[in-house]
Amino acid sequence: MGFRAAVITFPGSNCDRDMAVAIEKVSGTAPLRLWHGDSELPDGLDLIALPGGFSYGDYLRSGAMAARSRIMQSVVRAADKGVPVLGVCNGFQVLTEAGLLPGALMRNAGQNFICRTVSLTVENNQSLFTGAYDAGEIVRIPVAHHDGNYFADDDTLDRLENEGRVALRYAEPCNGSRNDIAGILNRAGNVLGMMPHPERAIEPELGSSDGRRLFESAVGALIGA
Amino acid sequence: MKVRVLVSLKPGVLDPQGRAVHHALEGLGFNEVRDVRIGRVIELDLADDADDEAIDRMCRQLLANLVIENYSFERLGGGESA
Repeated sequence: MGFRAAVITFPGSNCDRDMAVAIEKVSGTAPLRLWHGDSELPDGLDLIALPGGFSYGDYLRSGAMAARSRIMQSVVRAADKGVPVLGVCNGFQVLTEAGLLPGALMRNAGQNFICRTVSLTVENNQSLFTGAYDAGEIVRIPVAHHDGNYFADDDTLDRLENEGRVALRYAEPCNGSRNDIAGILNRAGNVLGMMPHPERAIEPELGSSDGRRLFESAVGALIGA
Repeated sequence: MKVRVLVSLKPGVLDPQGRAVHHALEGLGFNEVRDVRIGRVIELDLADDADDEAIDRMCRQLLANLVIENYSFERLGGGESA
C-alpha cells in the first residue's frame, strides 16, 4: 500500500524538493508535486506538506499571500476533514495566516536571520507526527528563518499549553518565541506547524537524522505500521 | 478614489524593528525619543462606489493580521464630490 503524500510548491518555495526527498526516503513513495495555482487536491491523501522558502517573496507578511492562494482553500477543506498537514518554516507561517493554526510568526526578536542547528524538546510524543520520539527527548534539527518569533495572546498560549498542543519547544531561547514555542498542533492533532526543518535532518551525513523520525511517525501512523 | 490603510502592531506586541530604529535615533543624538513603532501604509485606488464595509473586509481578510496588528483607513481627498 503506497503512502499518498502531496508537496505544495508556491512561487518562492525552496525546500519543496528536500521535503519530497525526505517523504520518499521514509515512505518509499514519491509524493505528488502540486502547484499553488492548482485548485483541486486528489482524494485519499495521507499527508499534505507545505515546505519552507519565501513564498511570494514574503510580500505583505510571510505566508500571507500563499495562504490566500487557490490551492490553500483546498488544503483548508482537507485539513478540516482530518487529512494530516505538515507545515515547515514558511509552511508554518502559511498555516497561521490561513487560520489552520493560531498565533502568528513575527520577525525574530534579534532582527537577524537565524541559520543553525538547534536543540528542541519533544513536548508531546502522542501526536501523529511525533509518536516515534520519546516525551521530553532533546533532538537536533536545523532552523533557517527570519520570521520565526511565535506570538499568540495569553489565552491562546494557555490553551495550547493545557491541551498539549505545543509539540516542540526550543531547548534554549532562539528567536523570541513566546514560551520558546517551535511547533504547535491544531486542536484535532492533524495539523502540525514547526519552524525547524526536519527534512534537512534525515541522514547522519546531513549532521543529524533526528528529523527523520517525524516522517517515520507520520508514515507509521498512517499506513498502520 | 484613493484610500490609505494604516496597519500597525497592536500595543504590547514587541516590535524589534522599532526598537532597532529607536536605538539608531539615539545613536544620532535624538535623546528625546521615548519609543518607536513601525507600521505599514497601503494605498488603494478603488472604484468610487466602494463602500467602507468592503474596505473593512479587505483589511480583515488580507491587509492586516488581526492576531498582531490593528488597522485603520481614511479616504483621501479628491475624486469624490463632497
